[in-house]
Amino acid sequence: MTVAPKREDYDVVVIGAGPAGLAAAATSAEAGLTTLLLDENIGPGGQVFRAIASTPVTDRNQLGADYWVGADLVQSLRASNAEVIQRAIVWSLDRNLDIAVSIGGASAFVKAKRVILATGALERPFPIPGWTLPGVMTAGAAQTMLKSSALVPDGRTVIAGQGPLLWLLAAQILRLGGRIDRILDTTERGNYFAALPHAFAFLTSPYFTKGLSMMREVKAKVQVVSGVTELAASGDGQLASVSYVASGKRETIPADLLLLHQGVVPNVNLAMAAGVEHRWDDLQLCWSPVLDASGNSSVAGIAIAGDGAGIGGANAAVVRGRIAARAAVEALAPAAAAKLPAMATLRSDLAKAERGRLFLDTLFRPAPQFRIPKGDTIVCRCEEVTAKDVLDSVAIGATGPNQLKAYRRTGMGPCQGRLCGLTVTELMAQARGKSPQEIGYYRLRAPVKPITLAELAAVPKSEADVKAVVRG
Amino acid sequence: MSRNVDAIVVGGGIHGCSTTLHLCLAGLKPVLIEKDYAGRHASGVNAGGVRQLARHIPEIPLSIRSMGIWEKISDLLDDDCSFESHGQVLVAENEEELAVCRARVAELNALGFTHEELIDAAELRRLVPAVAETCPGGVVSRRDGAANPAQTTTAFRRKAQQLGAIVREGVAAGNIRYSDGLWYVDVGTETFAAPVLVNAAGAWAGKIAADLGEPVPVETVAPMLMITSRVPHFIDPVVILRGRKLSFKQFKNGTVLIGGGHLATPYQDRNETVLDWKSLATSAQTVFELFPVMRSATIVRAWAGIEAKMKDDIPVFGPSSRHRGLYHQFGFSLHGFQLGPGAGAVMAELIVNGGTQTRVSDLGIDRFHPSTL
Repeated sequence: MTVAPKREDYDVVVIGAGPAGLAAAATSAEAGLTTLLLDENIGPGGQVFRAIASTPVTDRNQLGADYWVGADLVQSLRASNAEVIQRAIVWSLDRNLDIAVSIGGASAFVKAKRVILATGALERPFPIPGWTLPGVMTAGAAQTMLKSSALVPDGRTVIAGQGPLLWLLAAQILRLGGRIDRILDTTERGNYFAALPHAFAFLTSPYFTKGLSMMREVKAKVQVVSGVTELAASGDGQLASVSYVASGKRETIPADLLLLHQGVVPNVNLAMAAGVEHRWDDLQLCWSPVLDASGNSSVAGIAIAGDGAGIGGANAAVVRGRIAARAAVEALAPAAAAKLPAMATLRSDLAKAERGRLFLDTLFRPAPQFRIPKGDTIVCRCEEVTAKDVLDSVAIGATGPNQLKAYRRTGMGPCQGRLCGLTVTELMAQARGKSPQEIGYYRLRAPVKPITLAELAAVPKSEADVKAVVRG
Repeated sequence: MSRNVDAIVVGGGIHGCSTTLHLCLAGLKPVLIEKDYAGRHASGVNAGGVRQLARHIPEIPLSIRSMGIWEKISDLLDDDCSFESHGQVLVAENEEELAVCRARVAELNALGFTHEELIDAAELRRLVPAVAETCPGGVVSRRDGAANPAQTTTAFRRKAQQLGAIVREGVAAGNIRYSDGLWYVDVGTETFAAPVLVNAAGAWAGKIAADLGEPVPVETVAPMLMITSRVPHFIDPVVILRGRKLSFKQFKNGTVLIGGGHLATPYQDRNETVLDWKSLATSAQTVFELFPVMRSATIVRAWAGIEAKMKDDIPVFGPSSRHRGLYHQFGFSLHGFQLGPGAGAVMAELIVNGGTQTRVSDLGIDRFHPSTL
């Protein structure tokens, strides 16, 4: 059944129903603005609160108390007048705030006075030799299966990488009775020293004790190898083994499943396609939108909240959502803003939620060898382009990711650079002795998510176009 | 201090790059100035049609000259540009359209041009098996084809550079002036001086011409294109529908490019375009009706390139009517890609020899400004 948007125009359209989007839509609707929340999943929650309204996992301890915070956010949203459409895939947004969205196989167009993008994060590419083999997947994908279907691995499983999500996933898999044979921790040893100056702030962050107890819980049950400096997957058409180097010693272990994860980065595709200016974040090693203190981007009327505004975690995302929505209310219905928490309060909430972030970012800054591959390692999965192919193109004159398309079609496949963009930027920057900012990123284009030709063909045409095809 | 070169070419589209290369081949030392990078706009993101078919008569000689170069493009550039020649077919969807085709081919034949050939329903079906049963015929230009536009423009730039051209990308040409027989152009902190200046700045060329006292009726447009996911091979030639603003082409990798000239809104100063999805939907609907095999394909990307369109749809090509040493090469009006290789060769002849065997006299800026030279 198709549930099309009820109106053609809204005060506020929020895209994404993760923590930031849920908070933003509820805030905007509570203040009386006509609000539409579009989300591509079957239920609200985003990745962190995935399947919050439908998960088959009922023992609250298994997914952790932080997960169930999402239920309160969903409740406030449902108590508001916000119109919510699930399985709504926004495939185009432009600087006129025209939005194209696919719902149940049919496309609709809506216009907003303000758009709040809450499209969250993506897992950072982890381009090691063999990462495209069947049997190798991202930790995030494994977590999706776990949350929405209570599916956990039962074959020989290796988890490799670093970052808070890796430990959370390991704990969740173990609590649900899943199997993990070994965890290969790729955190650079030097990062511990680099992060030390920021440790005090982290000690006072809510993530500290939770993180520590989770790591203890996992280490009690699984062999953890730290200081991993090299990593490769191999097998003949299917993952068979994982080899790694730790403390100068190489080891190879048989495996049926390798879960890779080295942090998340903002999901920039829709924002970039709309023309929002982004800058390279040298600490988080990713592109982040250029935003003011209320989340407003370089495109008038488009604000960004949540991890899409720069990785800050779920607690920060909620507050950023409220800030962006409050800014929209201040702009569109100033009188109604009085009902909402003061901006100063929200900003201090945000500072609290972001405490310790610098520590995490520094500690979990992925090592160069896991971001910038060599030789025959695949960079662009869609077009099967290797690191060597990219370097060969640089040698004969490709200067940046967009120019590289003329040589190798990188980024022109269906993933639109989601799986190769950061790698290509960093690889070319290194090869050319430039900064990632100077090298730049792919120009991204709508449709940001593919739509079928049949669906586009069914879009209602403007009168002028209908006349143009009438023959005489 | 200015640096002396033999020619300054402004604009790194296929035209500027091709002219630069051909000047190098003639033994000159040119500089190419491109405000973004070679092929950033229309030249790098067009449909890649290498088409003599359905051209305005004044530009046919240039198109034929160009075709000869396309067929040996690897020899010229050490790059095949992904050029493939499977012909281009104009489909007539009814008898009235076929009558127009018949008249057109007769007119060309009378002028001595034989590249367009009238075809009947059977030949149309042989060339384009997927076409609707009701189409009575059309026109084919068998030597036509398509190439990868970004790859081609890049290859021209690269070859020109190998042969000694100076290339400046990422900085706009500024403060264009003429003094004592030399053109001076600033590029960042550098200044170049040359007896010859070629204005090949695409959508930005009209302003350069106007600033030099030769305004022409030109507008900036942004024709839209979209590309699909891979579908099983079903078509070889490039297909154009006469009545419907539609062209499309399947690449070797199975993806299908759909175009036809529906326009996006250009924001030239920002290098941006805003697409008009309702017009693209019209193209999608036509493809949906005529080619059922395409129905489940997905659209993976749509875009538009910024370019110059003349009021009379014919480019401005040749020497200035007002200034010695100034040459114009712009306004190709959505059909300049195929002309690039030949136009560069002819422009180099005009500059070096003062004339050419290829008939281009109908394309001059003197159609707007009678020559005062």
